[in-house]
Amino acid sequence: MSIFLNCKKANHSCDKSQYKEASLLELIKLNIHLLYCLACRKYAAKNTKLSNAFKKADLKTMPAQTKAILKERLRQEIAK
Amino acid sequence: MTHHAINEDQWVDRYSDYLYNYTIVRVNDHEVAQDLISETFFAGLKSASDFRGEASERTWLISILKRKIVDYYRKRSSNKGSAEIHMSHLGNEDQGDWLEERIHDPYDKSAEDTMENEELGNAIHECLDDLHPKQAAIFKMKTIDNLHTEAICNEYNITPSNLWVIIHRARTSMADCLEQNWL
Repeated sequence: MSIFLNCKKANHSCDKSQYKEASLLELIKLNIHLLYCLACRKYAAKNTKLSNAFKKADLKTMPAQTKAILKERLRQEIAK
Repeated sequence: MTHHAINEDQWVDRYSDYLYNYTIVRVNDHEVAQDLISETFFAGLKSASDFRGEASERTWLISILKRKIVDYYRKRSSNKGSAEIHMSHLGNEDQGDWLEERIHDPYDKSAEDTMENEELGNAIHECLDDLHPKQAAIFKMKTIDNLHTEAICNEYNITPSNLWVIIHRARTSMADCLEQNWL
């Protein structure tokens, strides 16, 4: 296995790293790739910016169970 | 002007998270937020015939929700004694010195921050609206709920590589969309 990634794999590692799911080896390979690849550097910057936006907005989702109940109640109401 | 149609059966999937965020920063209570949102949907159903399609469904639902929130506070302030107790919010042990605690709370965001973050949240939800519903659902599970890859794969019966392709596409369109609308 080469230490040089193609762009597709580099972007894949980059996506994983946004969720802290990239392994150390993947991170090393990604960083080597970023040294010489401008396009992926741009993608990585954009990707990080997106993660930061989500962190900052601190969004919540309605719990899935609540959604299911609400959906069912609405469905019954519509059926009436 | 584009005419917007109503799709009641998709309301929960499309708008419940957005309405929930909107409500939770204003009432700071999970149960109350849930009640207000279901009231909003039901009021929406009842007055669906009044929906003229000039605004988007989202804007229309938010305008109903706003009225529900105002009503909620109006009702609550009409029995004043109990309203004061709710001012303490930092957990049960800290009840009492609420004013002082607030001032020293390093985690308390300033009003301006909260407002800016809320606008950012709105921009995010608008961009999520443009994604394919399934794509949006998976992306939200991964990014907002921080669920494990495995858990999502099981729920949707997809392989991890399917999941990462979906995530990659979602992230790319989200980043482009936010770049235009926000960043």
